[in-house]
Amino acid sequence: MYSDKVMENFKNPKNTGEIPDADGVGTVGNPVCGDMMTIFIKVKDNRIEDIKFKTFGCGAAIATSSMTTQMAKGKTLEEALKISRKDVASELNGLPPVKMHCSNLAADALHAAIQDYLKKQQTKNEVKK
Amino acid sequence: MSAQKLINLDYAAGKPVDPRVKEVMLPYLEKSFGNPSSLHHLGQEAKTAISQARKQVAELINAEKPENIIFTSGATESNNLAIKGLVNRYKDQGTKILTSKVEHMSIVNPIKYLTTKGFESILIPVDKYGVLDLKALDKEVDEKTVLVTITYANSELGTIEPIKEISRIVHEKNKILHVDATAAAGQVPIDVQDLGIDALTISSNDMYGPKGVGALYVREGLRIEPLLHGGGQEKGLRSGTENIPGIVGFGKAAEISKQEMQTNIIKLTKLRDRLIEGLVNSLPYTYLNGHPTNRLPDNVSVRYSFVEGESILLSLDVDGVLVSSGSACASKTLEPSHVLLATGLKHEEAHGSIMFTLSRESCTEDIEYVIGLMPNIINRLRDMSPLTPKELKK
Repeated sequence: MYSDKVMENFKNPKNTGEIPDADGVGTVGNPVCGDMMTIFIKVKDNRIEDIKFKTFGCGAAIATSSMTTQMAKGKTLEEALKISRKDVASELNGLPPVKMHCSNLAADALHAAIQDYLKKQQTKNEVKK
Repeated sequence: MSAQKLINLDYAAGKPVDPRVKEVMLPYLEKSFGNPSSLHHLGQEAKTAISQARKQVAELINAEKPENIIFTSGATESNNLAIKGLVNRYKDQGTKILTSKVEHMSIVNPIKYLTTKGFESILIPVDKYGVLDLKALDKEVDEKTVLVTITYANSELGTIEPIKEISRIVHEKNKILHVDATAAAGQVPIDVQDLGIDALTISSNDMYGPKGVGALYVREGLRIEPLLHGGGQEKGLRSGTENIPGIVGFGKAAEISKQEMQTNIIKLTKLRDRLIEGLVNSLPYTYLNGHPTNRLPDNVSVRYSFVEGESILLSLDVDGVLVSSGSACASKTLEPSHVLLATGLKHEEAHGSIMFTLSRESCTEDIEYVIGLMPNIINRLRDMSPLTPKELKK
């Protein structure tokens, strides 16, 4: 059912865990649906310096989380915002069709984490003014 | 690493054919390939073989006569034949079909189909173990009821239903009871006359016979309409040239199951209870699904909080252990199993369920290996999960 690359990322996922003093946090999904993930980012000079994830879900949910964090690490925020669900799936050599919608949420969690960071920055700037 | 042992604990999905069964089938694939409808000796050989198998299957469930057994292509066809065949024959008696909330899709979907043809379906609830609510059943069986169909034991929960009491309630009101015994027949004793069952679904592969063959028992005097019309085989109730090798194998499988039933019940119950105890006691937030004692000897269904069943299944697969899962991801519908939800589990609880089904081949070493494997798998997934409470983290 799954490609070797999905299984590799499921068995040995990269960037698992939390960043306690994260600059941005994004959570998507819902345990009721069987998939939920949180992505933590640390930003320096407009680049994602560190990134970690926590995921509850199936093999595809864990593998896409691992892949998304690897793709985003070191990228500028603009570049990271361009990473789509489709990009993540292709990087994993494809996902079963039924998993494309339900479990391929990590890119959304990444975008949510970046938006969270940008929002916090805006608030900070407004306070400075 | 290459010599990794494969431990199959997913026997509900498919069983190997018993070598003794294979042996009796072979002549009917090679030399004795006659059509039982032919009058010459080759045809009559096949006819005799079917009669023998019919007798063997009838004896397994203590049917009144071998003629009460109709051979089909398997449990799905038997369930369809029972439901559609009985309600169409007796529709003048009523249009209400009663069933439980823990039925297999081959019961659920034929009934759903019939609701588009003027029938009404009522789903009787179950308790937290999956045991049918007898009071609710008693209330619902009325003069408009045409058929009651209840599983003997659901393969996802393992829980055995109180068929004798169900039968009493149904027959007090002179209604018809069909029982789907796919997971139970051959494993636990079933006496259709003693229990008062009007129609019973039986599967061959579930008792180590070949796939693609099953049977429907129909009580003496009960009428049923066929699904397949044609050459009039099986007393006109199931046209189509008979699957002779399959039927012969099924007969032998039934005979062996009957002979060795008590031995297997003792052996499997011991393994089952050790697996349940080992799994539930080795990790917190681990629960048994289904009834603790009144369950099929081969079935262990457990759920782990904060993790998802498919990732448990995949992790076990990596270590050479085959199981199945009750999670959404294992299904085509993206919904967790309706059977697990019917026992009152929340979606997120049902998602963390996995099911182990044993076989006659299962042994203590396999069970101990799996019990030993589980903590690492679950702890790894729980460490990764955002739902895991802080107290469980390292």
